[in-house]
Amino acid sequence: AAGMFLRLLSDVRWRAANPKWRKMTCSQRSTSSTAEPHPVSLPAQAQVVICGGGIMGTSVAYHLSKMGWKDIVLLEQGRLAAGTTRFCAGIVSTARHVSVELKMADYSNKLYQQLEQETGVNTGYVRTGSVSLAQTQDRLISLKRIASSLNVMGIPCEIITPKQVAQLHPLINIHDLVGAMYVPEDALVSSANVSLALATAASRNGVQIHERTSVSHVSIQKGRVTGVETDRGQIRCQYFVNCAGQWAYELGHSGEEPVNIPLHACEHFYLLTHPLKEPLASNIPTIVDPDGRIYIRNWQGGILSGGFEKNPKPLFTEGRNQLEIHNLQEDWDHFEPLLSSLLRRMPDLEALQIMQLVNCPESFTPDMRCIMGESPTVRGYFVLAGMNSAGISYGGGAGKYLAEWMVNGYPSENVWSLDLKRFGTLQSSRTFLRHRVMEVMPLMCDLKVPRWDFQTGRQLRTSPLYDRLDAQGARWMEKHGFERVKYFVPPGKDLLDLDQSKTFYKPDWFDIVGSEVKCCKEAVCVIDMSSFTKFEISSTGDQALESLQYLFSNDLDVPVGHVVHTGMLNEKGGYENDCSIARLSKRSFFMISPTDQQVHCWAWLKNRLPDDSNLTMEDVTWKYTALNLIGPRAVDVLSELSYAPMTPEHFPSLFCKEMSVGYANGIRVMSITHTGEPGFMLYIPIEYALHVYNEVMNMGQKYGIRNAGYYALRSLRIEKFFAFWGQDLDAFTTPMECGREFQVKLEKGMQFVGQEALLEQKQNGVYKRFTMFILEDHDTDMDLWPWWGEPIFRNGRYVGKTTSSAYSYTLERHVCLGFVQHFDEKTGEELVVTTDFINQGEYEIDIAGQRFQAKAKLYPFSSLFAQRRRKDEEELSGYQRE
Amino acid sequence: FYLTPPQVNSILKANEYSFKVPEFDGKNVSSVLGFDSNQLPANAPIEDRRSAATCLQTRGMLLGVFDGHAGCACAQAVSERLFYYIAVSLLPHETLLEIENAVESGRALLPILQWHKHPNDYFSKEASKLYFNSLRTYWQELIDLNSGETTDVKEALINAFKRLDNDISLEAQVGDPNSFLNYLVLRVAFSGATACVAHVDGVDLHIANTGDSRAMLGVQEEDGSWSAVNLSYDHNAQNEHEVERVKMEHPKSEEKSLVKQDRLLGLLMPFRAFGDVKFKWSIELQKRVVESGPDQLNDNEYTKFIPPNYHTPPYLTAEPEVIHHKLRPQDKFLVLATDGLWETMHRQDVARIVGEYLTGVHHQQPIAVGGYKVTLGQMHGLLTERRARISSVFEDQNAATHLIRHAMGNNEFGTVDHERLSKMLSLPEELARMYRDDITIIVVQFNSHVIGACQNEE
Repeated sequence: AAGMFLRLLSDVRWRAANPKWRKMTCSQRSTSSTAEPHPVSLPAQAQVVICGGGIMGTSVAYHLSKMGWKDIVLLEQGRLAAGTTRFCAGIVSTARHVSVELKMADYSNKLYQQLEQETGVNTGYVRTGSVSLAQTQDRLISLKRIASSLNVMGIPCEIITPKQVAQLHPLINIHDLVGAMYVPEDALVSSANVSLALATAASRNGVQIHERTSVSHVSIQKGRVTGVETDRGQIRCQYFVNCAGQWAYELGHSGEEPVNIPLHACEHFYLLTHPLKEPLASNIPTIVDPDGRIYIRNWQGGILSGGFEKNPKPLFTEGRNQLEIHNLQEDWDHFEPLLSSLLRRMPDLEALQIMQLVNCPESFTPDMRCIMGESPTVRGYFVLAGMNSAGISYGGGAGKYLAEWMVNGYPSENVWSLDLKRFGTLQSSRTFLRHRVMEVMPLMCDLKVPRWDFQTGRQLRTSPLYDRLDAQGARWMEKHGFERVKYFVPPGKDLLDLDQSKTFYKPDWFDIVGSEVKCCKEAVCVIDMSSFTKFEISSTGDQALESLQYLFSNDLDVPVGHVVHTGMLNEKGGYENDCSIARLSKRSFFMISPTDQQVHCWAWLKNRLPDDSNLTMEDVTWKYTALNLIGPRAVDVLSELSYAPMTPEHFPSLFCKEMSVGYANGIRVMSITHTGEPGFMLYIPIEYALHVYNEVMNMGQKYGIRNAGYYALRSLRIEKFFAFWGQDLDAFTTPMECGREFQVKLEKGMQFVGQEALLEQKQNGVYKRFTMFILEDHDTDMDLWPWWGEPIFRNGRYVGKTTSSAYSYTLERHVCLGFVQHFDEKTGEELVVTTDFINQGEYEIDIAGQRFQAKAKLYPFSSLFAQRRRKDEEELSGYQRE
Repeated sequence: FYLTPPQVNSILKANEYSFKVPEFDGKNVSSVLGFDSNQLPANAPIEDRRSAATCLQTRGMLLGVFDGHAGCACAQAVSERLFYYIAVSLLPHETLLEIENAVESGRALLPILQWHKHPNDYFSKEASKLYFNSLRTYWQELIDLNSGETTDVKEALINAFKRLDNDISLEAQVGDPNSFLNYLVLRVAFSGATACVAHVDGVDLHIANTGDSRAMLGVQEEDGSWSAVNLSYDHNAQNEHEVERVKMEHPKSEEKSLVKQDRLLGLLMPFRAFGDVKFKWSIELQKRVVESGPDQLNDNEYTKFIPPNYHTPPYLTAEPEVIHHKLRPQDKFLVLATDGLWETMHRQDVARIVGEYLTGVHHQQPIAVGGYKVTLGQMHGLLTERRARISSVFEDQNAATHLIRHAMGNNEFGTVDHERLSKMLSLPEELARMYRDDITIIVVQFNSHVIGACQNEE
């Protein structure tokens, strides 16, 4: 973060003089700054240039230098820790919904705690604990879910009563509370000083820090970073790290090759007061009142209180030149709802005297999660920004992961949910960002319920059938900008309003999805699945086959017309992508991947395919509309429309053929459904989409055809134990760990990425195992529904977490999928997970603190389902994506 | 008796109407962005009428408010008919010929006006044939008179007003074999209506006014503040020129009886109006028509009553005063409203309230704590009060509704007081007219960019 020159808090100021740091206290010197000379000239060359001297930049520098990289230059356009970092509220809170965020916050807390000792810089670290209040039962459920996660991670945490809240904090009005969550190890810091401490340590390790140096653009050659241009000259470098906070978007767009970093700033206000008559104790817990949209912490005996209003004020949409015009001022009228909320929570503060209303812009991202990782288009260009106002909580952990990523090629945790590559250029529109962050910022305090969909920035990518489906009652969700149907509301039936439909219990669409599932089982359904990422890879000779054989674990040298499910693995054998590949001809392949793989998979393949003009890869996602015909009667519909026999004898499973459907020719028909049910996927050139859809619906009428959505698909695939990438599978999961050894051809006659790791696992066994759980004593109508991330207990001991779940209308039970690990009872060491270990345990799933008995299974219930088609075993234990 | 805020809103919004001029591909862009209109009745039924239409055979948009008295028949008729008379007056000779030929040969007629109507704004089906025939006679005369000159808007407006009033008078004298229609034309003629009509075409704004409704231009000054410019003169006793005019038109002997208690002949508030044949026809004509008319008319004391000192009719005219104004970029909006509004609000306040509403800027200085000692409680009180002040703005999606809310609810501080608003709106029918008049408002918003561009072209 960089750029805000308001000097409001009386902190110390620092400046670089050689690698040594000199401390100077001053609060009036800001005016005399022009007189300062730049003591050290910029180096001509460095391995790494980091732009941004806020908490992110200094944390990256700190961790890189700790990991042994020394040739690092950190550039800051103003002063170190002078931007958002300086003004942020300094609350280190581990109460996070997403597990990787929780881990980052936990690491940060531990890092900051010992930082003063390590560096000698006073970080203002005080362990105060935090209390998150619940005004409603739903909020309490949400807090209980977090508490479950914290507990299994070994972070102390308890759910407490309103009376206990009153004992922890004397000023709180508890009359409207139903409970709270107490996290005793949460802390307060001076964020600027933490940043300076990190800089000090980095500097001691050899990192060069230059203030008052701004990066004008990043030089790129042949898709690689080669250097940076600054207002004080050039630096050649191999790596560039964009930690420019709210300016990261603009900096990303300043180069010849734009790097899209989708974030947008919003004004953020908090209040500072004079001390109370009886000053608050320095270790008084920080209060978070999400229903009141505010947080309240101790500040020099008075309070610091801010929040996330419903009507945020986005700024800098047109770029930073507004900075001069836009004097960020206090806006009391805007703060009024938060002030009311504060006085409702702590009525005794009425007489407290105001010191200041601070306006501190924060940057927000389109999905409320931070942005880290390497650019998909420019190698060596790394990013760490967009902290959604939790920069100080994530700073330590995020810096560590990014440093690991740069040094080792990948961080030590699965960070896909934070990876820059989850976004594409479609999130780069300023209008989109402005609208989306206005929705995201209030969401910081809103209840996080399952299956939440963003309301802004919608209807960007749509199937040609969008209007048709919408008119038939489709309800939509969005993935990677693409609108996808959740389910169809039958005519005459109304669902609840958006706000009222938020629930942790049985949702209002339960019966609707149930009837869609039933139709998939008994007749035939159509699901528009056009959002899938589709690539075509072809070559003049055998290059395509050879390259793909090396990059994918399954054997792709199959007869033309066959479809292969395969992982795209990394060196450790983990899934970078999970896809199906159809061999269209000897020399061309059609590859189908999950929707959000469009950027990641492209970058991965681009970087690894040989630079050969005779080998081409094309993204044809937009060229095809995909219809999934699921159900036993799909075969009848399709054979009537094509006058071709579609029975298994003529069209076996995992088969692909171009054929005509209705009047339209050249439809790629594949005998897969991604659910384990019989049926076909139709890949239709978009101009034929409406025709084929109409034909299918007309013809299907006599077979009872109906539209269905992704929720039905989800229920079907989970009850069949299909894992999907991005939720169940990630870069840290190998095929061996999820029962997909059959999709790996270790002896296909040539080497492939990840082979060694898989061979080793085959010999030595796996340390986690993908398992299916059927909830036994769970009442679908009365009990909380599982979602994902619920802790799994085996014989009373924590063994892992769920990754996805759904209600199975066939089993009439909830099914959770998740990974089971085996920790040594004494040492906690990870042990090999055997089939016996899985089968010989009593399992429970913890949903918001309540444990439900579960039956573990390593294979799906094939016997329970209707007649199977041959060769199904493959598809069955196979694969799925959403 | 107390109305909740939603009840108040449903009363205020019952008659609101908004029209946005569709945006085309950069061509044919209009200087009008759109308009908001609304009515609040005090009489039951309301005697005000409003009209808005786009001229299809010529360029321009017509908007008007009509304040009826002695019933609503005349205002209704004028609101239906006047714009056709104006549109026809503006048509070039060839178009008139084309229309006449179409009628003659039974072909489909070129549409002349596109109306922008609230569902409550009705047209009387029964009289449409009669009205059409009168209109046709008018354009046939225009065809015969073909002067060859291009039509001057001012002249067209004056001709249309006078012609329509004349037709109203004639129709009543001739009568109609259909007894319902016969009674209707008589009611139209014996009741009265004022009219304030705007014609906007590019930067040319013409206001034709007859009576005491008013047109006011909202101008944004360079410093952002709002000022009001009158684009019409009230035709009533407060207007010296008008009193002068009336006195000029009648012998000196009547000077004292002409204007009494600020009323024409001591009876009528507006000094110009449509209809009101009691102030236009000779006593003989009035008696003949009333006696031969239907019983309902004969039994009506009002129609039979001859104004005192009635010596040299006509005392009343429908001829409008026309003001032409060249629109400038700083001219942001036009308010047309019946006297019900202007009785309760000063035009300067109207300009400010509408201006701030349309721009979304509320001239409230931001609060800064500075060096003062302020407690959280004090600040909270201050902020709550400020919020109440501006919240009324966000309740309205219609500038005219917003204006009515202020007209009815303003307290001494110029802010809407809900209690007062609730009282004004919950008055029983028989009391309502004592505290307020019918209010009809049209707020036309101009497109400054288009106006600026037109100016530069000229």
